Amino acid sequence: MQEDIPFQLASLPRLPKAPTGIDGLDEITEGGLPLGRPTLVCGSAGCGKTLMAIEFLVRGVQEFDEPGVLMTFEETAEELAANVASLGFDLPQLQAAKKLRLDHVHLDRSEIEEAGEYDLDGLFIRLGYAIDSIGAKRVVLDTIEALFSGFPNEAVLRSEIRRLFRWLKDKGVTTVITAERGEGTLTRQGLEEYVSDCVILLDNRVIDQITTRRLRIVKYRGSTHGTNEYPYLISEDGLSVLPVTSLKLAHQVSDEILSSGVPGLDEMFQRRGWYRGSSVLLTGTAGTAKTTLAAFFAAEACRRGERCLYFAFEESPAQLLRNMRSVGLDLQPFIEQDLLRIEAARPTLNGLERHLVTLHKLIGDYQPAAVVIDPISNLISVGSLSEVRSMLTRMIDFLKVSNITALFTALVSGRHGQLEMTEEGVSSLVDTWISVRDLEGVGERNRGLSILKARGMAHSNQVREFLVTGQGIQLLDVVIGPEGIITGAGRLSQRIHEEAQRVVHQHEADRRERELERKRRMLEATIANLRTEFETVEEELRRTSHEEHLREAAQRDGRAARATGAAPDYLPPVPNA
Amino acid sequence: MEVREETSHVAQPTAGETWELRLYVAGQTAKSVAALANLRRYCEQHVPGRYQLEVIDLLQHPQLAEGDQILAIPTVVRKVPEPIRKVIGDLSNEERVLVGLDLRPQLR
Repeated sequence: MQEDIPFQLASLPRLPKAPTGIDGLDEITEGGLPLGRPTLVCGSAGCGKTLMAIEFLVRGVQEFDEPGVLMTFEETAEELAANVASLGFDLPQLQAAKKLRLDHVHLDRSEIEEAGEYDLDGLFIRLGYAIDSIGAKRVVLDTIEALFSGFPNEAVLRSEIRRLFRWLKDKGVTTVITAERGEGTLTRQGLEEYVSDCVILLDNRVIDQITTRRLRIVKYRGSTHGTNEYPYLISEDGLSVLPVTSLKLAHQVSDEILSSGVPGLDEMFQRRGWYRGSSVLLTGTAGTAKTTLAAFFAAEACRRGERCLYFAFEESPAQLLRNMRSVGLDLQPFIEQDLLRIEAARPTLNGLERHLVTLHKLIGDYQPAAVVIDPISNLISVGSLSEVRSMLTRMIDFLKVSNITALFTALVSGRHGQLEMTEEGVSSLVDTWISVRDLEGVGERNRGLSILKARGMAHSNQVREFLVTGQGIQLLDVVIGPEGIITGAGRLSQRIHEEAQRVVHQHEADRRERELERKRRMLEATIANLRTEFETVEEELRRTSHEEHLREAAQRDGRAARATGAAPDYLPPVPNA
Repeated sequence: MEVREETSHVAQPTAGETWELRLYVAGQTAKSVAALANLRRYCEQHVPGRYQLEVIDLLQHPQLAEGDQILAIPTVVRKVPEPIRKVIGDLSNEERVLVGLDLRPQLR
């Protein structure tokens, strides 16, 4: 026994613990139940005390190779075996392998007459024999309070129970004692008085017709432990206590950018998408295409060859597929390639914790790279605000730690007041927050999209109008009119107006062109006239000049003839020469 | 099984019932010794020769405790006649033992 105790040489010895193997419980108790000491598990009827105790034993055998003894005072061995068979615990097989021993203590007051002094050595001997026969390290006494109904002498009984716990401690077995919760006390018979090492309280409460089970460690001597009330569940795999993850902000981050699946939306981010492993919140009023945007994100993940898990709380898978086909998105091939899995369930089907556990389980099984939850706002119908918030905190933490990119949609109510704040108050938890909203103008309603925050990245500050078309989602360019950004019909009228103006301008330009042409032609005509005139004048001048020339030549000829007739070496002076 | 005391006074038990009694003890404690002495005395007084008394020491045979659902020590179990009755304690209260084990021969 002693060599099993983990010992830290560097520091003071810590309280040795026996891991329970129960999902989550070891994290809350920081290692398990006190080793070699009794632990009291108390709670009201139907909260799973017996189950927890049996799981402690079964896990002890299966995972830690510690045989166990189950001494039951209420149910017979057969009944118990049948009850826990549905959880996959095969008690008869464990018994056959000599790893587990069941001892049913039958108590019937009517059969027993008290005549003088006695003690409970018989119980000790039975238990001791059971422990020794298989070398048990773990013991469960379920429910030891039944002794009080079997033996009338309470004084004897109490001293014997005290002696029993002492004896179990001396034996070095880790014991779980279950007890019914009493009025105003932890247990009906005040057993907490005897078990001072560790007390776990199970609680089963119904709020608004929804049952939630909670676990709290009331006391754990010699050890720190989680002090909150932790929700727990009884699922097909046994008990699981939440949180499954430790709430520490110490996860690794990725620098990789993933596309949102809508090109226009990517462009609104400086790095064209959001980081892998981040969580994205998509809020909007009813009918603002939140699901469509989410489906495009899912499809984009599938296109990259990554797995995506889609939790649909409003639509059935078939309905989602059909609706997405109407916007040109066929998800069917991804489902066939096992890249996309749609899990549809009404939120009210389960309590919050069960949703969380389902999510954990599915993520564990399916190993997706992206998760869509559509919408988280519906979860509010199954829990109070603070519960939903704490559940979502756990969920977001879990997804981040697993480096899974998550997209949540949330319906926000009210067109005015609550638009910037989700009811769940998760906005501070998410990394990227996109808001889609109605832009209601004169007689029409348009969809606008804006980025409220994007941690670690610059982003557009514009409200972009987008259309859901048969070919997917289209972000339209920003049109700025005289009174700001214009959408919908305003955008159309603005476009018509611009077109008309363009036509007018065109006409004007055409007219000017024609005018110019006309002027040019007039000018050309004038030029032709002038040229004709000039030619006439020129011709006149030339003709005059020619005649002059001819006359001159004739005069010269006449004079020459006269000189030849009188004196050939004498040239009279020529008049007018 | 440990100590088997057959009736020795009368060879043939008289007509009627016999009592089969089993006394569970854990070692030779004062309570066990007292219980055995008391039980033997009552039997001799009330049903002489018509009883079988078996003393089982659970320290030596712990596996036998489960069969008769023994918790308290000492316990005497009346196996026959049916139904099974149990009386716990050192059997110092005679009235209760007689009622509990119904140790009074019925007159026929």
